[in-house]
Amino acid sequence: MTTLSAPGSRRAWVYIPLTMMALFYLVPLYVMLNTGFKSFDEVSLSTMWNLPSGFAFDNFRAAWEALRPNLWNSVKIVVPAATISSVLGSVNGFVLAKWKFKGANIVFPVLLFGMFIPYQAVLIPLVTFMSKIGLAGGTWGLVLVHVIYGIPITTLIFRNYFATIPETLIEAAKIDGAGIFGTFTRIMLPLAIPSFVVVYIWQFTSAWNDFLFAVVLTNTENWPVTVALNNLAGSQIIAWNVQMAASFLAAVPTLLIYVFLGRYFLSGMMSGALKE
Amino acid sequence: MAVASAEKTARPTRKSRGNFFTLQHWWGILWVLPSLIAVMVFVYGFIGWTARVSVSAWKGLLADYTYVGFQNFTDLASDQRFAIDVQNTAIFTVVFVLGCLGLGLGLAILLDKGIRAEGFYRSLFLFPMAISFIVTGVVWRWLMNPAQGDRLSGLNLVFDKLGLDFLVNSWHGTPTWGIAAVAIPAVWQMSGYTMALYLAGLRAVPESLREAARVDGASELQVYRKVVMPLIRPVTLSAIIILGHISLKVFDLIIAMAGKQVALDVPAIYMWTTTFDGFFFGRGAAIGIVLLLSVAVLVIPYLWYTLRQESDT
Repeated sequence: MTTLSAPGSRRAWVYIPLTMMALFYLVPLYVMLNTGFKSFDEVSLSTMWNLPSGFAFDNFRAAWEALRPNLWNSVKIVVPAATISSVLGSVNGFVLAKWKFKGANIVFPVLLFGMFIPYQAVLIPLVTFMSKIGLAGGTWGLVLVHVIYGIPITTLIFRNYFATIPETLIEAAKIDGAGIFGTFTRIMLPLAIPSFVVVYIWQFTSAWNDFLFAVVLTNTENWPVTVALNNLAGSQIIAWNVQMAASFLAAVPTLLIYVFLGRYFLSGMMSGALKE
Repeated sequence: MAVASAEKTARPTRKSRGNFFTLQHWWGILWVLPSLIAVMVFVYGFIGWTARVSVSAWKGLLADYTYVGFQNFTDLASDQRFAIDVQNTAIFTVVFVLGCLGLGLGLAILLDKGIRAEGFYRSLFLFPMAISFIVTGVVWRWLMNPAQGDRLSGLNLVFDKLGLDFLVNSWHGTPTWGIAAVAIPAVWQMSGYTMALYLAGLRAVPESLREAARVDGASELQVYRKVVMPLIRPVTLSAIIILGHISLKVFDLIIAMAGKQVALDVPAIYMWTTTFDGFFFGRGAAIGIVLLLSVAVLVIPYLWYTLRQESDT
């Protein structure tokens, strides 16, 4: 739905503010990479904007040494969490959109509200409970927490998707004798692959970027990368240039997802605002 | 077979009601039951539990559920630190929400002009959304380094080099208004998202309406003010609610930028430190409940309205 007037001459000025804003958005990325690629000798706060004279990896190497165990912890948390979330979300979304039971329209908003709560309102019971069942401190506890607090958004994304699938398809499957299991696995799942991508990368990103749950539920050796990075940034020993490189390392996985699967990422974000 | 199918599709309501007593109907409930139970326990059950702690005398490592009424809440009302928190949240919210709305709408209008490379610009404005608040905070902490004199760095150094000395400031180190500086990285992170919401809204305004206004002699500015803006008001409303609830919950960004300074304290941080560093569980729970109620006031009407609208269509 573009405007009728042709792009080009008359609209050329539009590129000036757009490009200026693009530069504003890129500043932090520039600082992270620019600092990262300087050698230790070249790093100085007063020349932080100057380009490096060559490519050095001192900072990235130091950051990698500092964060490696935590990057691995993050992977151990995020991959199972995103996988289990996708499965649960697809089941819930399917039932709430296409296998409605009496009260399904009440269950949905009840689930959905959980998406918006400030987690401070559940933190004390959560920590108490997780310690009691022996899941505090490690990575599996965090997996469970991300899966459970991810139920609202994953259910929402799948439900909105399944709602667009024509009712006749379900009816046809029922007539062919398919029960709920057959309808779900043979008809709905193959159709829902795009939603799986959306939900997977949404859960991957939010679990990777989580700080609050991780900081109260993991002990030092199980810290994911966000907690470790914050700790590193708060210490007086680690130089600012290494912090920059470390920030970039912590951001790389989700940035790569964004670069390659941006369309799906955006779709997840829009459902977060209950918008399609 | 064909007859049966025609009959079934023709009377879907009766069929689904008939379904109530069948095995298939119960299967549906059974499938969502695990999630429902998990949410009932981890969301609603835990909220109830927090509410119970918030009216208890629990202080220290051992749980103490002695009922003290609303003592923890009335203490908060006269708590100097909580007063700073409320003020900081108010300043942060205004700067953050207005910044995101202004930038988001501006960028969306520019992108909606039918430009080349729209996808490229859109991706650039949105990429900060993929990054954690912790990373954002760590980087911006150095961009907003308040050091003065010959230790000038970050954005202050840029201002100095460009001869814009009057812009050199101590950022989040500024008394009272320092929290507004913390809102800048938050705007950097979330304005692209607001842009995407607005862009979707603008795209939904039929071109014929704008054309009709132009034919009637409206200037381009008037087209926006009189035709487009009223139509995208619902987008502004949802953006305010989404951004507003994010700013009530702001936590990681401030921790990463400034640690636990009282000057930049917000309720989410106060709750965390008083509970897990100070072991004032009763007070921590009370702050959690206050936060929850303020978010609920924003979100519940929005949820209700959105879902009702959906079922109407």
